[in-house]
Amino acid sequence: MNFELTKEQAMIQSAVREFAEAEIAPLAAQLDKESRFPIEVFQKMGKLGFLGLPIPEEYGGAGADNISYCLAVEEIGHACGGTGLSYEAHVSLACVPLLLYGTEAQKQTYLTPLASGEGIGSFGLTEPGAGSDAGGTRTTAVLDGDEWVINGNKIYITNGGYAKTVVLTAVTDKENRGISAFIVPTDTPGFSTSKPYDKMGMRASNTVELILENVRVPAENLLGPLNGGFKQFLSTLDGGRVAIAALAVGIARSAFETALGYAKQRHQFGQSISRFQAIQHKLANMAMHIDLARNAVFKAAWLKDQGKPYTLEASYAKLFASEMCTDTCNQAIQILGGNGYMKEYPVERHLRDAKLIEIGEGTSEIQRLVIARQLGC
Amino acid sequence: MDILVLLKQTFDTEERITVENGKVKEDGVRFVINPYDEYAVEEAIRLKEEHDGTVTILSIGPSRTEEAIRTALAMGADEAVLADDESLFGDEYTAAKVLAAMVKVRNYDLIIGGNQAVDDGSGQVAVRLAEELGIPHISTLTKLEINGTEVVGHRDAEGDVEVVTATLPVLVTAQQGLNEPRYPSLIGIRKAGKKPLTHVTAADLRLSPEDLTARTEIVETYLPKPKEAGRILQGEMNDQVKELVHSLTNVEKVVG
Ligand SMILES: Cc1cc2nc3c(=O)[nH]c(=O)nc-3n(C[C@H](O)[C@H](O)[C@H](O)COP(=O)(O)OP(=O)(O)OC[C@H]3O[C@@H](n4cnc5c(N)ncnc54)[C@H](O)[C@@H]3O)c2cc1C
Repeated sequence: MNFELTKEQAMIQSAVREFAEAEIAPLAAQLDKESRFPIEVFQKMGKLGFLGLPIPEEYGGAGADNISYCLAVEEIGHACGGTGLSYEAHVSLACVPLLLYGTEAQKQTYLTPLASGEGIGSFGLTEPGAGSDAGGTRTTAVLDGDEWVINGNKIYITNGGYAKTVVLTAVTDKENRGISAFIVPTDTPGFSTSKPYDKMGMRASNTVELILENVRVPAENLLGPLNGGFKQFLSTLDGGRVAIAALAVGIARSAFETALGYAKQRHQFGQSISRFQAIQHKLANMAMHIDLARNAVFKAAWLKDQGKPYTLEASYAKLFASEMCTDTCNQAIQILGGNGYMKEYPVERHLRDAKLIEIGEGTSEIQRLVIARQLGC
Repeated sequence: MDILVLLKQTFDTEERITVENGKVKEDGVRFVINPYDEYAVEEAIRLKEEHDGTVTILSIGPSRTEEAIRTALAMGADEAVLADDESLFGDEYTAAKVLAAMVKVRNYDLIIGGNQAVDDGSGQVAVRLAEELGIPHISTLTKLEINGTEVVGHRDAEGDVEVVTATLPVLVTAQQGLNEPRYPSLIGIRKAGKKPLTHVTAADLRLSPEDLTARTEIVETYLPKPKEAGRILQGEMNDQVKELVHSLTNVEKVVG
């Protein structure tokens, strides 16, 4: 056992931290207020190799391990939750399925531009009738000659409005409820997006509806085996869960740091409020929970790096970190009192951002279901 | 063009500094590339991108210095040499001797250092090195142009600009404003681990005990006095002015 980061992991962590503190954190409040996706930040991150961090170099990535990638997500999330979410979705939900299931030609054509930062990727699974239950998918793909014709709607899709390429699921066998995954370039005729949703939090992240009207893609844009889409996105989501748990750790750490700093300098009853046991206990719990959540992330990421099964640990990390994050941000507001409730301080934004992580990439209820299934229930 | 960059790892002066037992406490301190040396690294990489060639980092310091070196390699330098043998540590005099010995075994057209290190702040090492090597130097550059072997350096001369010309080989030092150092790319970080980093000892450098004897001694290390609360003068304006002039000349003694 060794809890020490390797030299390379530590360097990646500090490089991303330095970038995120200087280039993202100063924008976070404004991005939230204006609900603006920081495309310029993604362009910079692309040039520095962030957008393909865990993707092999031969496909335009930096070839780092999953621990390094989780450290990067934590740092970006620490600077801005919404930017962190869009980053995580690009890598875990768009690049990774292309890497895992793409043919060599698909990887060259579609993964390399995303991993090298030329374009942003998006993953379309959710539909009005298919949230937790992907079996409710209505979008269809029908083979017409050597083209797939795709029709349907995908809702709540991260990065959809800025994506160059979308990986999405569609029904390919109605009778047997067979679902397949497809690669859809967003400049294909018939593909359009709605205007962005007006969200509670994660407002720097772009979220739109995808509208597919007779979208024709070549037969070779089928990703992975026909009717194999179910298995694919389950494994995609496993990886995504580890990374989104790291995002929760980053947001929670940010809220905690604000609360700790505030508690030390705020005086009431003639002393700093950090001298009150009630406040100390909150801070102690917050610090402990953040550390435990990060350990859960590291363990799941490490298992993934070792090529070992990690479905259970991914759900542990996602469930624990997301609920911990909401709770930590909520307590941070409490420590700041009235100031915590004001937009002048970042903690109310942290709470709004945090809540999404209990919903996206599998709700807390679904995580408990996954865990219970792994326990043999 | 073959470029040598002098790099020192210093503690981050934006972090809290504590003095314990007459020394700056090192644990818990964040170490960074000396900010002026970061400009030097950036300038060297830009020149390499423009003119081709190599960038080699030369450094003296304990093994933790490797972190700063790896960052410079991640930014785009090609290789590095670190003198981490403790017998090579001393003062500005010995540092210049050690660096000169490191430089003499390689080919170079240009040496770039920082104007000063933010920890010791002497601003001597680089210019002493030029002296040791018998080459000209231009210090505190805010702009550097190289055409063939012709060098034009814009120096920050106490707020004015002094334009100095020289011919390669030359040693220059970087002032704030020379450039905007890049972030190391994550691909660069991964490649940095595979770039050559050589360690050298006193024996490798064939330096005599004489060369390695410091000529200065640190007598005491202390923090500046903490800032005290200011005083707000009261009363008639005329009296306030009198009191202010009196204080400045007699109490604070800032006006002679
Ligand atoms: C900001 C944002 C970004 C998103 N980005 C993407 C994206 O990029 N791509 C994408 O495909 N999707 C995305 N989503 C969609 C997200 O994954 C879904 O919202 C989520 O999976 C939940 O689905 P639902 O909203 O339909 O809720 P529902 O599935 O309708 O769930 C409603 C409630 O019922 C509970 N529930 C459902 N089934 C069960 C059960 N079997 N047992 C117990 N409780 C249950 C849920 O836990 C929840 O509490 C995003 C959503 C948001 C808000």
